[in-house]
Amino acid sequence: MAETQMVARHIPDRLEGRGARLVKSWETLLVAVALAIFLVNSFASPYFLDPWNLSDATFNFTEKAMIAFAMALVIISGEIDLSVASVIALTSTVMGYAVQLGFDTPALVLIGLATGLLCGAFNGLLVTGLGLPSIVVTIGTMSLFRGLSFVILGDQAFTGYPASFSWFGQGYVWWVFSFEFCLFLALAILYGVVLHKTNFGRAVYAIGNNQTAALFSGVRVGRVKFVLFLLTGLMAAVASICLTARLGSTRPSIALGWELEVVTMVVLGGVNILGGSGTIPGVVLAALIMGMVTFGFGLLNVPGIVMSIFIGLLLISVIALPILYRRFRGSR
Amino acid sequence: MKILKTLLVTAAVSVALIANTAQAETKKIALVVKALGIGFFEAANKGAQEAAKELGDVEVIYTGPTTTTAEGQIEVINSLIAQKVDAIAVSANDTNALVPALKKAMDRGIKVISWDSGVAPEGRSMHLNPSSNPLIGNMIIKLAADNLPEGGDVAVLSATATSTNQNTWIAEMNKVLPNYKGINVVATVYGDDLADKSYRETQGLIQSHPNLKAIIAPTSVGIVAAAQAVTDAGKIGQINVTGLGLPSEMAGHVKSGASKSFAIWNPIDLGYSATMIAYDLIGGAEAKPGAELKMGRMGTVKLDDNNEGAMADPFVYDASNVEEFAKIF
Repeated sequence: MAETQMVARHIPDRLEGRGARLVKSWETLLVAVALAIFLVNSFASPYFLDPWNLSDATFNFTEKAMIAFAMALVIISGEIDLSVASVIALTSTVMGYAVQLGFDTPALVLIGLATGLLCGAFNGLLVTGLGLPSIVVTIGTMSLFRGLSFVILGDQAFTGYPASFSWFGQGYVWWVFSFEFCLFLALAILYGVVLHKTNFGRAVYAIGNNQTAALFSGVRVGRVKFVLFLLTGLMAAVASICLTARLGSTRPSIALGWELEVVTMVVLGGVNILGGSGTIPGVVLAALIMGMVTFGFGLLNVPGIVMSIFIGLLLISVIALPILYRRFRGSR
Repeated sequence: MKILKTLLVTAAVSVALIANTAQAETKKIALVVKALGIGFFEAANKGAQEAAKELGDVEVIYTGPTTTTAEGQIEVINSLIAQKVDAIAVSANDTNALVPALKKAMDRGIKVISWDSGVAPEGRSMHLNPSSNPLIGNMIIKLAADNLPEGGDVAVLSATATSTNQNTWIAEMNKVLPNYKGINVVATVYGDDLADKSYRETQGLIQSHPNLKAIIAPTSVGIVAAAQAVTDAGKIGQINVTGLGLPSEMAGHVKSGASKSFAIWNPIDLGYSATMIAYDLIGGAEAKPGAELKMGRMGTVKLDDNNEGAMADPFVYDASNVEEFAKIF
């Protein structure tokens, strides 16, 4: 009787190797798009490849991208926060009011961050405490927060921010690298680590894929979601500090319509709008792409509406491409 | 062979491109508006193009954001700075928020002026107002007097009793009133810039002043309501409604005869003048209090202590031109 030979069979963790997955991934597609846009821009305008011009152009997206990182987590968890632009307005208004009372830069920053956290906590409580759908809650608070700002300011503007405060929006850390751009990079790394390397990040994915299963697996769904809304509030406040410092003034119409641009950035970055999947590198790439498209078109003096059309088409096509690809493969 | 050809063509094109940029001595003036797609600003662009044609060595870049936001205008201004334009003439969405971006433009040697809607003084070298309070005050009484060679009673229908603009204009009007012989201002009423209240106040004026010959409404809401009230009372031909209004809203009343003429600034002239001033500044003219800057066919503008200047008298619209401008704004 032949001895049964035990052969250790290796079952791979994933069906495809690291390389294959990398090639087929969304991020690779985005890198290709980004490179293409970069090349086209460099040829289309002699002013594009200038360090200072590129540095100026980063202001087009840095503030929105800061919010997009937190928004990506919220959307991955299956929720959405549409009040972020209004949080910017309210935070900026409160800081402007504090300036009139004579507060200086450090106090202003703290007041701003606190306001953003309060707004986020309010959203979070309504969503997790009362179990209301986040889209309804944040459409409501979108009007509420900006409404408060209008009540306080009317058609007036707060100005007279201290000179040291303007550094957050106009200052440079080193050479052409502005404070905002460095903060954008730092936050990208921070959020990348949180989402991809921590238990908290895994919990966010788990909730987005199957909330009930996550709950039964011991994930504190409510608490995680509450933290996520705190984070969007906080990031909106950070963006508000940068934007207010850059403009040097506050009006209730500040950052009008930014919530949709932030959501566009997140979705373009490959985050599933229904929750469950998406990466921070994708969002970073989407931010760079949107910034470069806006700047490139600006250099050619293309009217803004054409830019919106292009971004819309880009969004639809990057979402449609993988679906079409799968259809095409399935039909063979 | 094909590769060689392609290379040659590419080289030729790049040489042509380089040559093109080298000999390009045309001055680039950017006309930045509150938002694209607004008739008033399209008309201003028409004026700017006219100025560019007249000057010859000017390229006008007409641009602006999609919505009337300061953030959008800042993005536009940043891309204009990157293109190294020679001058930026902006109608601002926000007096203060554009200042840092425009300061940066000025630091990089770009001439910055504001027109129509101004920027705070530290963010521009001069501001062009479409007109001035004394010019408007004079114009509104002149419009009434021109149609009353024999003189007669006129009344004023204003906005609210506390409206700064209207009160200033009426005060300026009263200053020059003695120049118009036989014209008596018999009453001033307030329609609060509400269509229905303005309408009722006009009805009251018609009843209590049977000899009324003209109504001056220095407000775009009031003038339309007054013209409607005069029409409804069957007083067309007896009472002339005039003042400040928008061509699109007044065209019908001019046609019916309720209003013989009215005034407001002309956006074409405004765009033309802004371009001319920007060109003058590029040419070395200095914007300082008391300076006079050239505006081509519009003459010159004299700057006051805030480096602001008034372009001209409000432009008069009557049956001959109102239809044309009604399409614009």
